[in-house]
Amino acid sequence: MKAKIHVTLKQGILDPQGKAIEHALDSLGFKNASNVRVGKYMELDLTETDKAKAEVAVKSMCEKLLANTIIEEYRYELSA
Amino acid sequence: MNVGVVVFPGSNCDHDCQHVFRDVLGQHVSMVWHKESSLDGLDAVILPGGFSYGDYLRTGAIARFSPVMQAVKRFAADGGLVLGICNGFQILLEAGLLPGAMLRNKSLHFICRETYVKVENAATPFTNACKPGQVLKIPIAHADGNYYTDPVTLAGLQANAQVIFRYCTADGAVTPGSCPNGSLDNIAGIRNAEGNVLGLMPHPERCAEAMMGNDDGRAIFLSMITSCERKQSVSVR
Repeated sequence: MKAKIHVTLKQGILDPQGKAIEHALDSLGFKNASNVRVGKYMELDLTETDKAKAEVAVKSMCEKLLANTIIEEYRYELSA
Repeated sequence: MNVGVVVFPGSNCDHDCQHVFRDVLGQHVSMVWHKESSLDGLDAVILPGGFSYGDYLRTGAIARFSPVMQAVKRFAADGGLVLGICNGFQILLEAGLLPGAMLRNKSLHFICRETYVKVENAATPFTNACKPGQVLKIPIAHADGNYYTDPVTLAGLQANAQVIFRYCTADGAVTPGSCPNGSLDNIAGIRNAEGNVLGLMPHPERCAEAMMGNDDGRAIFLSMITSCERKQSVSVR
C-alpha cells in the first residue's frame, strides 16, 4: 500500500511562511487568497496489504516521528 | 568535573564546549559519539549546538532517536546534569525531556546576533553563580528558536520557576521588542520540573573567556562546576 501524508501547523499557531506567501500573493494581485498554510508532504510504501493494519502503522509513524503533535497536525490517505 | 559532550552528525559547537570546559575551566571532557549507549562516570552531559542530521524533518527530530539519547534519558532520570544549547535544546524538546516545541522564527530569518537574557531563577545548578535578575549578554544563532507550548504547560513552567532565561533589553526589561524570535513569554531557556535538565537557545560557550570580548556565558558553566562539587562533597560526607 501507499501512504500519502500531510503535516501542517495546527490552526491557531502562527505560520510565518504561510503569512509571507500570503503577502506575496497579495502583492501579485491575488486579492482573493487568504489563510495560507505551508506544510510537508510525504509518501511512503508499506508492505502491509490490510488497510486497517496499514492505518495503525501510519498513525503510529505520524505520532512518533513524522509530526510533532504539540505544534502540528497530520492527515493521510492510503491507496493500494 | 567529568563532562561529556555529545557529538551528533552535524553538531558544530561541540568543540567550542570542549574548549571552554577543558582549556578555559580546567575540567575533564570526553567527546561522546551519538552511537554510544553509556554515559558512566560523567557528572554532566552537554548537547551542543549545530544542525544534527541536517535539521531534516524538524530540528532535533532525528537526533532524538540516536542510541545516546536513551542513555541521556537514563542519565537525566538519575539526576545527572544535562545542558542543551541551541540545537541541543531543540533535541531535548523533541525527546520530551523538556516540554514544548520550537517554531520557525517569527521573522523567518536565521538570526545571528548578541541578545540580552535575564536570569529569572538563580537557584539552579546552571545559574547559581548569577544574581537573581542579572542580565547576561549572550549571542544567538538560530532559525527555529520561537518557543511554543500550550497555555496549561506555560502556566506550569511559570508557576514552578522553570523559566530560567528570558530575552530582555540591556537594562533587564522583558519587552516584546527585546524578543528576537517571537518566543512565547520571551522564553530563552527552561528547565525540567526536577531542575537537572536545562535547555537554552543562546550560546554561552561563544562568550566564556575575556579574550572573546565577553565572558558572560562563563557563569553558566561555573554554576555547573560549583553544583557538581557541592554534590560530591555531600556524598563524601
